[in-house]
Amino acid sequence: MAYDYAPFPYVAPPGLTTSEPRHPVAIVGAGPIGLAMAIDLAQHGIKSVVLDDNNVVSIGSRAICWAKRTLEIFDRLGIGSRVLDKGVTWKVGRLFHGADEVYSFDLLPEAGHKYPAFINLQQYYVEQYLVERSQELSDWIDLRFLNKVTDHRDHGDHVALTIETPDGPYTLEADYYVAAEGAGSPTRKRMDLPFEGQTFEEHFLIVDVELPHSPFETEDPERWFWFAPPFHQGQSALLHKQPDNIYRIDLQLGAETDPKTEATEEKVIPRIKAIIGDMDFRLDWMSVYKFRCAKLDQFVHNRVLFVGDSAHVVSPFGARGGNGGIQDVDNLGWKLAAVLNGAPTSLLDTYQQERSFGSAENILNSSRATNFMTPKSDIETLFRNETLALAAKHPFARKLINSGRLSQPCTLAGMDLQSGDHPLVGQALIDLPLGNGWLVEQAQGQFTLLTLDSQSWPDTVASLALPHTPVCGARYGTTGAFLIRPDGHICAYFETPDTAAITAALTRATGGHA
Amino acid sequence: MILDDNLGSQGDSLYAQLMQAHEGLSTAQSHALNARLVLMMMNEIGNADIITALLKEARNISSD
Repeated sequence: MAYDYAPFPYVAPPGLTTSEPRHPVAIVGAGPIGLAMAIDLAQHGIKSVVLDDNNVVSIGSRAICWAKRTLEIFDRLGIGSRVLDKGVTWKVGRLFHGADEVYSFDLLPEAGHKYPAFINLQQYYVEQYLVERSQELSDWIDLRFLNKVTDHRDHGDHVALTIETPDGPYTLEADYYVAAEGAGSPTRKRMDLPFEGQTFEEHFLIVDVELPHSPFETEDPERWFWFAPPFHQGQSALLHKQPDNIYRIDLQLGAETDPKTEATEEKVIPRIKAIIGDMDFRLDWMSVYKFRCAKLDQFVHNRVLFVGDSAHVVSPFGARGGNGGIQDVDNLGWKLAAVLNGAPTSLLDTYQQERSFGSAENILNSSRATNFMTPKSDIETLFRNETLALAAKHPFARKLINSGRLSQPCTLAGMDLQSGDHPLVGQALIDLPLGNGWLVEQAQGQFTLLTLDSQSWPDTVASLALPHTPVCGARYGTTGAFLIRPDGHICAYFETPDTAAITAALTRATGGHA
Repeated sequence: MILDDNLGSQGDSLYAQLMQAHEGLSTAQSHALNARLVLMMMNEIGNADIITALLKEARNISSD
């Protein structure tokens, strides 16, 4: 059944008839990143106005692969369980070279985590859940559809916005302006900021089809990837399942193809039949695209902050676009809330430090995957094909096959907010069963001291005693305590309950001088 | 002879370096680079039994 793209209502904003009080934060763009930003700020007690030129969720499935860390952040934002329940968790992946299966792998989830490595769920569902969650937080989130920001001016201590609506233009002011408009960011263009990187020449075709039954040998969802499939000469292809019996097909088309003629039913239907065989299907959505890997040099421009694709774009391999953007939100939300509550503005510079690094890492990984999948010369093709030949027999070569390395949170070790050199410092929280629930449900959203032993730890900060279980011992050890930031990253480790050291680490992690 | 993964998290970076080493070379120049590289690696390994086993295994695997 096709998704019902019901439009969200437009309500005439107060600014049309009266001057609005200055908003703490204006968020431009109500996609997954802008909505997540508003929810995160609301949960830190900060009000925002969210402005979007459109009034429906994402048309087409677009970002479908949500990684474990994103699911843990969604948990904190209040939609994690919903996303998990609706999403497809696949376990078996198969890799083909030509008609032959090179190998298959079983991605069993590691025990002792609430969320699996990732799930597949159409972007429109994620946006719908985020909109519904925003509506629950309507005391903090003022969601305005069909409100198109046409201009903005940073006046040093606030930003003034000009907005078009069906009822005409109006203006408003905000302490901070968050650009979450996606890859084509009008804010970035207005500010004429360089957005530099590598453009890839290959065209890719994505098609979503609804099938009456599984195209795989079993009803269990699998993920099939082909290098040089017999049905699509010389290129690569991917088939994986989404909810509602929708299957995503990704086809590499090559550099010489014309996107306009490729994205026609006439061209697409024979390709689909070649993959799934002779069964009835409904074409749900298709798109032809080229991509590039690029990022802003600076994500923070005084009162204007860039998040998600507005700040950086990557190739789709490894699902680092949507997942990278959600990590931006996770990193920025508590910092912006703290600054609005009086913390030094230098705390925002650490958003730049940490997420610019994270997005560069995402670009590096996705560029490598793209290069492996689209060899540029005879010799690159030769190496790729011989890697695939070796992989049928030898595990080492399987590790070299790169059709995308799944998004992982980057480590923040050695950066300004972290203290000490314990190997876990800088890493994102590792989940654990805790009581009747999970660690990720309880240790995120505020600074928390995770204590491992029965020493008498000070109550300068909220604390949570970790269980004396083998799984906890293996993940965290058995003595001392870890300081966790509101975004779930570990920022310090203490062997003993040294109140001065804990206070110093906390001061440092909140942008003060320790 | 090690046929399980021995590169760990550096695999992707080393593969990218290998491709970079070939960048801008003609196919003939690339084959020459590969030949030099194999000879250097053979010397680096320095163990006749291992090299013999590797040669045999590489020959065994057919990509056609």
